[in-house]
Amino acid sequence: MSDEEINMEILLDHYRSPRNYGKIEKPSVELVEYNPVCGDAVQFTLKIENGILTDVKFIGRGCSVSQGAASMLTERVKGKSTEEVMNIGPQEILSNIGLNLGPSREKCALLSLNALQKSVRKYRDGEK
Amino acid sequence: MLTSDEVKQDFPIFETLGDGYAYLDNAATTQKPRSVLDAIHNFYTSQNSNVYRGIYRLSEDATDSYHKARRNIAEFIGSGNPDSLIFTRNATESLNLVASSLGKGLRPGDEVLISIMEHHSNIVPWQLWLPAGVKLKYADIDSEGHLDMESFQENLTGRTKIVSLVHESNLLGTINNAMEIGRIAHDNGAVFILDGAQSVPHMPVDVERLGCDFLAFSGHKMLGPMGIGCLYGRMDILEKMPPFLGGGEMIREVYRDHSVWNDVPQKFEAGTPNVAGAIGLSAAVDYLRSYGMENVRSHEKRLMKKTFDLEQEAGIPELISYGPRELENRGGIYSFNIGKIAPMDLESQILEESSLKIGSAVHPHDVASSLDGDKIAVRSGHHCAMPLTHRLGVVATSRASYYIYNSESDVENLFQAIANVAVKYHER
Repeated sequence: MSDEEINMEILLDHYRSPRNYGKIEKPSVELVEYNPVCGDAVQFTLKIENGILTDVKFIGRGCSVSQGAASMLTERVKGKSTEEVMNIGPQEILSNIGLNLGPSREKCALLSLNALQKSVRKYRDGEK
Repeated sequence: MLTSDEVKQDFPIFETLGDGYAYLDNAATTQKPRSVLDAIHNFYTSQNSNVYRGIYRLSEDATDSYHKARRNIAEFIGSGNPDSLIFTRNATESLNLVASSLGKGLRPGDEVLISIMEHHSNIVPWQLWLPAGVKLKYADIDSEGHLDMESFQENLTGRTKIVSLVHESNLLGTINNAMEIGRIAHDNGAVFILDGAQSVPHMPVDVERLGCDFLAFSGHKMLGPMGIGCLYGRMDILEKMPPFLGGGEMIREVYRDHSVWNDVPQKFEAGTPNVAGAIGLSAAVDYLRSYGMENVRSHEKRLMKKTFDLEQEAGIPELISYGPRELENRGGIYSFNIGKIAPMDLESQILEESSLKIGSAVHPHDVASSLDGDKIAVRSGHHCAMPLTHRLGVVATSRASYYIYNSESDVENLFQAIANVAVKYHER
């Protein structure tokens, strides 16, 4: 198996059996992000305590890239500080997926990062 | 009979892409034969200069070639008068031209009747008149994807001033009965506009026979270059219409406070036109004519028959396809899904049970990516027909669309690849 094939299998595994799938009861913040072009959507619920993302869950629908990437992202950020979440760049997500996606599908891959970072901003705005 | 393998040899891109590459996105744009590329190259290497009013031989030659291209393309669609053919950038601009200009004559309460199977380019230009009180009405489709004539008649009223209809749907492949619709529209006193973006490249289209007042089409969807399109219009209507864009070429005289318009078609061609594009499109018309549009049409019918046969044989679980099944009313466009994913918007909730657990449906983006891995180019999305996609109850579809260089083995490869997708994603 080539690296590309292995990475595809990892993504499909996240797609078929998403991690941290569902909704947190009484979350600190929740947010839906949606791409009208393809209909991909994710909803994040976050539990934030003392600047730490103690729990994160998502539900969503869409292609393997958007949903697989969301699942991978939840594993990456659980237990991390909101500061660290805000510092994740798109390139990290793309290299983590490790597939040659092309510009149109990179949007699918980055939908969940946008949603998550928007959620954190929404939480911080609410705190002020 | 047309042999796609021979046709393919006229298209340099297939040498680049290599054997076994199935380009099945012809409803989006088509490949260019050598003769079209040469015509464009020749213009820039031997005639390049601006058209009209150049008092030197080079400019006169360019002007002459531009005129010849106009006459040739006008004849191709059955118009004996080259002046009835306006050059635009594409079918979208053609429809914007006619909507913008005719729209100025509409009054509040006047109605424009279109169908639910329109491309955005035959929806949005009309929506621009909604603030002026113009009403936009949609004729529905029936369960098989034909235009629902009952719905069409219901939506046609005494206030219907314009009927604008797609000739062949870019998603369903439905070929509408333009002649009949045109007759009904005219009996109602309405102007009849035909969007020929998917019909002119694929079948004989004759404006006199069809009786349409306007016909819009794009060059790049019929082997011509990008950036050139056409609007045919009936001369008596064109002469009464106000201009679309203002600037050079479209005027006869300009004063400080007013201008005098040029004659049709120049009245509608502001600025330096795409001369090389027109010449390239004319070469594309010659190329198509060398095969004959009847033969182009029969070739695509054969490919559709093969498509329907293979769809039956392959028995791919949950494969859904759209559009009429009878070949007479069906162009070479095949939109399909593996399972059904319903559309949604921000207002609708994502439900845990309705989201990832969408059964074994495969998102059209995954379908297209997977097919790309098997050297098959298809498009997935809403195909610039969001109202139709949502009318079908799905978020998107995948679409294969054929042309003269596609072969039955391309169709076989398509179904093999669809079967692969179904297996790959059904494992969960």
